[in-house]
Amino acid sequence: MAMVPPRVYGLVDCNNFYVSCERVFDPRLEGVPVGVLSNNDGCFVARSAELKALGVKMGQPLFEVRDLVRQHRVRVLSSNYSLYGDLSARVTDCLRGFTPRLEVYSIDESFLDLSGFEGRDLLAYAAEIRATVRRWTGIPTCVGIAVTKTLAKLANHAAKKTLLDDSGVCDLGGESEREHVLRVVPVEDVWGIGRRSAEKLGMLGVKTAADLRDMEPRRARQMLTVVGERIVYELRGLSCLPLDQAPAPRKTTAVTRSFGTPVTEWEPMREAVAAYATRAGEKLRAEGLAAEALQVFMHTSPFRPGPAYSNAATVELRPATDDTFALIAAATAGARKIWRDGVQFSKAGVILTGLVPVSKVQPDLLAAADRARGARLMAAMDAINSRMGRDTLVPAATIGRAWRMRQESRSPSYTTELDDVPVVRA
Amino acid sequence: METPVPVLMTSCPVVAVEAVVSAGFPSPAADYVEGRIDLAEVLVPHPSATFTLRVAGHSMTRAGIHDGDLAIVDRSLTARHDDVVVAVLDGELVCKRLLIRGRRIYLIPETDDPSYRPTEVTDRSGFEVWGVVTSTVRLHRR
Repeated sequence: MAMVPPRVYGLVDCNNFYVSCERVFDPRLEGVPVGVLSNNDGCFVARSAELKALGVKMGQPLFEVRDLVRQHRVRVLSSNYSLYGDLSARVTDCLRGFTPRLEVYSIDESFLDLSGFEGRDLLAYAAEIRATVRRWTGIPTCVGIAVTKTLAKLANHAAKKTLLDDSGVCDLGGESEREHVLRVVPVEDVWGIGRRSAEKLGMLGVKTAADLRDMEPRRARQMLTVVGERIVYELRGLSCLPLDQAPAPRKTTAVTRSFGTPVTEWEPMREAVAAYATRAGEKLRAEGLAAEALQVFMHTSPFRPGPAYSNAATVELRPATDDTFALIAAATAGARKIWRDGVQFSKAGVILTGLVPVSKVQPDLLAAADRARGARLMAAMDAINSRMGRDTLVPAATIGRAWRMRQESRSPSYTTELDDVPVVRA
Repeated sequence: METPVPVLMTSCPVVAVEAVVSAGFPSPAADYVEGRIDLAEVLVPHPSATFTLRVAGHSMTRAGIHDGDLAIVDRSLTARHDDVVVAVLDGELVCKRLLIRGRRIYLIPETDDPSYRPTEVTDRSGFEVWGVVTSTVRLHRR
């Protein structure tokens, strides 16, 4: 197993990200239960702490908890991906000021390589990162620090769940803190351990993160493939996952790469972005998921002289899709918007978010995936409509009632549309 | 109120703003000028911390801030006495002059209209300085 030389990783994870984005511009959402729904199937994709406390689960359909929502005056919002995408890009920009080596892991999480910062008080540095992101963008985060990415994830989990204290930051560099956290965190909360793996492990008496760390690596490999073995090593503090090599997260998925040589022409950038979108699509289909939005970003190298540029664009996918052609089209359109001639780009990436089971997505009669079929469909629709009256058959995506209902509770595009900017009373 | 965080100038990546507004005097040396004056750079030194809000109301007219103006709000700046700020007050975003007298905090309107009164911030739990207004933009033609 290839090991990485000793490093220090930080994981910055935004708290209840979509809800926090909504709260930045609507202070009345502060302190009350707030939920954000997926556009297509009406299930919760984000919950405030107050809503979690009411027992509403991630992915739970709205109709199941209607009474609860009414009774507790839960504020239910449609998802607003252009807002979340913009704030996500701002958070990332803010983080890039703290270290040039950064991996955007999902729309609300980034790994920071903090190697070389050991001379300073890492906990204080983490607190400074957290306070600055909160101040600049309005988004609360938690920061976990450790010598491997898996342990940094665990440190972040500890910070979120206030396992050590309520400072919102956690450094697992110390032996006693690490031991305590490993012993209290259940094995299913370890990064990369799915529910099925946790069940298998549980039958062997491996119930906590500490139990997993103490497992024979070869045994872990037999049970959970090389991934499991790697997790055991990572929990022991031996880094096996450098930046940009991470398993896919559950709520969002990202494909990002640094370029070998800077990209200055649109054509190679377009190709790169299309390739990332393709890869992201494969990841989606492997998990049986569809995405509601796609974010594409690109930036210059912090190590090179010359003007710095960093930008991101978010494209909504309506309906949610796992179709590679739709993803490529969205990624290309987004990239085109933020592309600047004459800039030396060192990195680009595609992030898919708002992931929902593909089985729950409302089918679109005009899916671009099958153009030939689409054309036949259009012909048939036109024939029926001409014989039986206009609007007898219309594409599902144009049926106003359902869509308008969902749009009703969507917040404005506060940061990306001039007509939608927040109002301040003078 | 939140603990103020010092501004980190090193944490400032440059982000080009869409629809950059360029302005400049015609110059015979124009051919040698590499770039035009970029108002976005002038008005928005901290792009990732800067937000645009729309002003509604007439309480700040003497400060030159009018109904319908766009307020450019920098959240990376720590609010000081005498800054024009956007503050969260009773669940609403308000634009006022910040007055700090010892431990007392006031939000002061600046208008000849006597119906607007200064507010002393008594309930700090629901109060927060959201950001500092660094400039306003008035569109004279739409």
